[in-house]
Amino acid sequence: MGKFLTKEKKASKRKRILKSLEGYVYISPWLIGFLTFTAFPLLSSICISLTEWNLFSAPEFVGFANYSKLFSDPLFWQALKVTAKYVFTSVPLRLIIGFTLALLLNNNIPGMGVYRTIFYLPTVTSGVAVSLLWLWIFNPEYGILNVILQKFGIIGPAWLMSETWALPAIIIMSLWSVGGSMIIYLAGLQNIPSQLYEAVDIDGGGWLAKVWNVTLPMMTPIVFYNLVMGIIGSFQVFTDAYVMSNGGPHNATLFYVLYLYRNAFQYFEMGYASALAWVLFAIILGFTLLIFKSSPMWVYYEGEMKNS
Amino acid sequence: MAFVASKKRQELIKTTMVYITLSIGAVIILLPIAWMLSTALKESGSIFLFPPQWIPKPIRWDNFSKAVNAIPFWEFLKNTLIITAFGVVGQICSSAIVSFGFARLDFHGRDFLFFLLISTMMLPGIVTMIPVFMMFKAWGWLDSFKPLIVPSYFGSGVFYIFVIRQFFMSIPFELDEAARIDGCGTFGTFWHILLPLAKPALMTIAIFSFLGHWSDFMGPLIYLNDTSKFTLSLGLNLFRGMYNTDWNLLMAASLLIMLPSVVLFFFTQKQFVQGIVVSGIKG
Repeated sequence: MGKFLTKEKKASKRKRILKSLEGYVYISPWLIGFLTFTAFPLLSSICISLTEWNLFSAPEFVGFANYSKLFSDPLFWQALKVTAKYVFTSVPLRLIIGFTLALLLNNNIPGMGVYRTIFYLPTVTSGVAVSLLWLWIFNPEYGILNVILQKFGIIGPAWLMSETWALPAIIIMSLWSVGGSMIIYLAGLQNIPSQLYEAVDIDGGGWLAKVWNVTLPMMTPIVFYNLVMGIIGSFQVFTDAYVMSNGGPHNATLFYVLYLYRNAFQYFEMGYASALAWVLFAIILGFTLLIFKSSPMWVYYEGEMKNS
Repeated sequence: MAFVASKKRQELIKTTMVYITLSIGAVIILLPIAWMLSTALKESGSIFLFPPQWIPKPIRWDNFSKAVNAIPFWEFLKNTLIITAFGVVGQICSSAIVSFGFARLDFHGRDFLFFLLISTMMLPGIVTMIPVFMMFKAWGWLDSFKPLIVPSYFGSGVFYIFVIRQFFMSIPFELDEAARIDGCGTFGTFWHILLPLAKPALMTIAIFSFLGHWSDFMGPLIYLNDTSKFTLSLGLNLFRGMYNTDWNLLMAASLLIMLPSVVLFFFTQKQFVQGIVVSGIKG
């Protein structure tokens, strides 16, 4: 009897191991990819950041020299400043405009599908073609933007050729694809149960009460998601800066990743570029954690409904 | 009665306001595209006219063929298609099988590994870029399509894995059990039961994967050196360097490159929007 049990136990243990093994076989493509293209590079990136390495000769260990060099590198601070300005204007603007458009589209009146398509359209286009289009729009003399401004009696700036207006131009361009976050907000709005609005109706509340007491709290998880993703993405802008202004004029659009790219692939300063990458990672992580930590104060989850 | 009438009027005013605001927005969104099309059809002399013509006179359809002939367009297109096709297939296959593992199989450390997977979604790609570049260099993969294709087969579309796993989770487990009773093994359950059901979700990620590969710029910029291996994005950037002020040709070329994405969007709109709704944004 006892013997039989242990045998069965053994068999079930073997079965469990086999089952586990089977699971690993299925996730192996990702697991291998994770180890080779994420985990290992992540670790080696730390090591590279502690060396001086120009790709052509052997790496030389320099300790934290690359990191201390950062603090005295004016271009690093410039890149950080430019990127921060971009992130802290573009992300909130896209949030507000995207949310407003979604609110407007979330009306039960005909034609909303057409508008939704139009607003979403720019998001499917990206890359060099879009950068070139906006380069032409921002052309100081013949671009359509300054032509329109002139109709209103405004003499438009030189946009990408002006130190003051180059960054705002790239921010304006980023607003064109606001449809991406809009559609996520719209999906969220359509998921709000209509009973909640009916409850406000019964209480005699108007439109404002509905937005304030139902829509906003119910949407906070989605705002949270868009905020996190928006910040992570915006810190890494590259193509627009590279194609439209190549960092100029006078480094007015020297985005962080553009500066990193130059260090790595034009000056071949792999160690310094890796240090730059890690600092950016730390900054992004810091902001992400900040949003996560602050989320109990302003993100509303349905589970909490009982308490309020 | 008067109360009802005033409420109706209020509704009407609100609706009108909504239409007006949305229409202004729509004009702002569409203006750049109209401007692009208009420029692409102009002859060189009339690009710099003031005030600009919206409807070009004469309409120069041959700008498109001029733009195509100014660069090795077909070669760039071929390269882009190869990278995009292999990349999309790789991302679909690997995301489907991996997400099945995470959604349906029970194994040691699964939840921890899935947590790792989600964490990498927030990892800025820039951090791993340099070591990965060195690795591909050591493997002799530089100036080939491999760095742009191979990672797709190893779950580089982390977000897609997440999306399809969410989708699989919404399919009742009873189906798996029924399949097992009918004699399906694990792979059979995946292949015959879950995969066909996941078709809409797979279509959605295929579209997003296509868009990502099609307009990717930084990847090809870093890995491809030889002009004969350039993608359309790189080619367009090259073209721009050569034809700095030929805005009509530049816009014609840009338009051609944008066109597949826009056409795809129009034909698969439903999948697009549904995909975004389903894709577990609530997750």
